[in-house]
Amino acid sequence: MTPNSSISRRLTFLLACVAAVLSVLSWYMVTEFARQAAERTQDNILEAAATIIAEALRSEDGEVRLELPYSAFSMLGAISEDRVFYHVATGTETLTGNAPINANLTAPTTGQTALDTITYQAEPVRVASVTRVILNNQAPVPVTVSVGQTRNGVSLIANDLSRTAGIFSIAFFVLAVGLSAIVARTSLRQLKVIAEAVGRRGPSDLRPLRHPAPEELAPLMVALNSLIDRLARSLRQSEDFITEAAHRVRTPLATVRAQAEVALRRVESADEKQRMRQIIRAVDESSRSAGQLLDHATVAYRAENVPDNRVDLAFVAKVATDALQPTADMKDIDIGLRTEETVVLGDRVLLESALRNVLDNAVKYSPPETSVSVTVFKADGFGQITVSDHGPGLGTAPYDRYTNRFQRGENVGGTVGSGLGLTIAKDVVVAHRGTIELTDNEGSGTCVSLILPLA
Amino acid sequence: MRFVDFAIGLGLCLLGFSAHALEIEEQRSYAGSGPVVVRILSTADLAAFEPFITTFQAQHPEIGVDYTVSSSAEVYRAIQGGARYDVVISSAMDLQFKLANDGFAQTYSSELTDRLPSWARWRDLIFAFTSEPAVAVVSTELFAGLPLPKTRQELIAILRENPERFVGAIGTYDVRTSGLGYLFATQEARISDAYWRLSEVMGRLDPALYCCSGQMIDDVSEGRLALAYNVLGSYADQRLAEPGNGGMQIIEFDDFDNVMLRTAIIPKTVTAPQEAGLFIDTMLATGLRQNQDDWVLPPLAASNTQQLSFGPIRLGPTLLVYLDPLNRRAFLESWQDAVEQGL
Ligand SMILES: Nc1ncnc2c1ncn2[C@@H]1O[C@H](COP(=O)(O)OP(=O)(O)OP(=O)(O)O)[C@@H](O)[C@H]1O
Ligand SMILES: [Mg+2]
Repeated sequence: MTPNSSISRRLTFLLACVAAVLSVLSWYMVTEFARQAAERTQDNILEAAATIIAEALRSEDGEVRLELPYSAFSMLGAISEDRVFYHVATGTETLTGNAPINANLTAPTTGQTALDTITYQAEPVRVASVTRVILNNQAPVPVTVSVGQTRNGVSLIANDLSRTAGIFSIAFFVLAVGLSAIVARTSLRQLKVIAEAVGRRGPSDLRPLRHPAPEELAPLMVALNSLIDRLARSLRQSEDFITEAAHRVRTPLATVRAQAEVALRRVESADEKQRMRQIIRAVDESSRSAGQLLDHATVAYRAENVPDNRVDLAFVAKVATDALQPTADMKDIDIGLRTEETVVLGDRVLLESALRNVLDNAVKYSPPETSVSVTVFKADGFGQITVSDHGPGLGTAPYDRYTNRFQRGENVGGTVGSGLGLTIAKDVVVAHRGTIELTDNEGSGTCVSLILPLA
Repeated sequence: MRFVDFAIGLGLCLLGFSAHALEIEEQRSYAGSGPVVVRILSTADLAAFEPFITTFQAQHPEIGVDYTVSSSAEVYRAIQGGARYDVVISSAMDLQFKLANDGFAQTYSSELTDRLPSWARWRDLIFAFTSEPAVAVVSTELFAGLPLPKTRQELIAILRENPERFVGAIGTYDVRTSGLGYLFATQEARISDAYWRLSEVMGRLDPALYCCSGQMIDDVSEGRLALAYNVLGSYADQRLAEPGNGGMQIIEFDDFDNVMLRTAIIPKTVTAPQEAGLFIDTMLATGLRQNQDDWVLPPLAASNTQQLSFGPIRLGPTLLVYLDPLNRRAFLESWQDAVEQGL
């Protein structure tokens, strides 16, 4: 499986895209508002200037007279360095002005101001117009005052604000991307937690996942659990099959062995006796294998769901030693048992089976009239069972290989065995979150330790 | 209809007739080593302006300079009529501003224009390179025994109390013909009521009216005038520095200063824009210097804006106000009423 895409990265990217869109949008809106505000300011000033000029209109000696008020122009010059145009017309005739900016405008109705943008000398010019009626020679004369200004100041202010808004937008965007990355990572943490929980599981842990998962991950969890369930079921089926098979093999084998023993006693020639012994040995091997296979299947099945029962290793050692005492007696092997109360959590049956296999090896591979010691003690939060013998030792390193299935040593000679004993022991120990240690006593035997966390 | 005629008539009075050829007062060509010539139209006397040309040609010997002097109204009229010049220099800020505002000026910007204080430029169309106050000049001999006035109020009082001494012995600009005189007069009228009272008082004393600062100063220094009001300080300073001109004193009033900025524009009709820009840069570099040395035209720094109560006349649309034909007519009517009582 290659990580060809990252949800976190994609999520960050998408959020960043959203942030970018929002940044651009906000920048555009601020720019637009700024421009409108600047334009409105200019419009107000133009209107005020036109109104002030219109108010200065008067009639004198039958003439419409006007003295341009200084304040009107002072106002226009105050906020920006824009070119100023003005035009005053009585009806259709020009009274005064410096540019024909009224040319395309329709005169506003009296008392109203009209605003328009025209192009004069290839530049956009904003024009405010006011019409006032003056009584001249008893006749009402409409006078239109137009005041115009180029829009450089407006664009200057707008650009300035736009630049500031741009800087803010970029800052906002950067911040949003940073936050997006954090958000993406936080929301995906749950996924990581589940992945880690699955990853932490032992190889035979096939319990369903009970992790609280967010709604979105529920389908994944369901699918995962159903997969685990199917896996466990098929595993159990094959184990059941092995158990069944072992049983079925062992029963007829026992019959064959009994018959072979009888036959052995009956035959006379050494040659035939030898052949019978070979048959008995083969049957023993098969029977041992079937037994160990059955044991292994049991362990594999039970290890799936180890209960948290309090188990005293001293008691386990006692049971295992008692079980092997008859075999040891036959070889005049003395089993020395030294224990202290050492409680661990787990499955007593499994632990007994593990120790039985280890002790079986010690007795099996040791020469007659030697001693085997079994010690149970506590150290550093761990309970330990050590089985030490004075046999031939483990041979060449690494010894870990003996915990693999069907792996037997080169030095076993004619000793019957299937190569599953240490595999069973190891599986049990691992299911109890413990370890198995195989050490060679350098010519003076083997030392096997089962180390388990204390309760 | 009558108003329109009137307005046009006034416009023509102000601008002269467009068919009318430029009235040249002085002209001189300074050849450069190359073929390019910067054509300058200016109101500044050659005597006052020559140092700028010399400095420019020292920096750019390949560029020739053609310098033409005319009155401010003539200069304005010529540029409005489309005359082809590369740089236009004028003491009439209002007319220069109007040219820039009405679209007769070309934009220009350089490192030097950026260094100009904001009051010394308007957009990148018009640039100031000198700041020159209006002053009064009095003849020491004819003023003997009288206290030197410190304010316009005091001047009014002195004139009122000694009519016999000042009849026919006062000179001031004829604002109808002098653009600079009109600018000074309108600005002063705007700032202070004293202007009209002073004009009234002077009008009663039958004043002599002049077109130019130079002649007024001449007449004071030669004892024909007791007082010349509103002359260019720069010219007066220069005249005072000449040998044998001790009979004259300069009065800068305390109540307010009327400071004119001499400005330059590059007209739209420019034919050598790059060289015009270089010439503007030279003027600005000299304008931005801190001390005057012995140049006639003072630098911008001469008007220390912090010290002045009003600062130099502002470059801005307010300069359009008094150029409006209707305002001009109204102002000239009032001025005529005040000043030409004896006639
Ligand atoms: N105490 C011991 N002394 C010497 N060799 C040992 C000892 N214990 C284990 N071994 C070696 O490790 C091998 C693996 O042991 P393991 O118990 O898994 O298999 P086995 O004893 O051969 O078969 P069985 O499944 O019948 O126990 C043995 O074949 C043997 O070579
Ligand atoms: Mg074994």
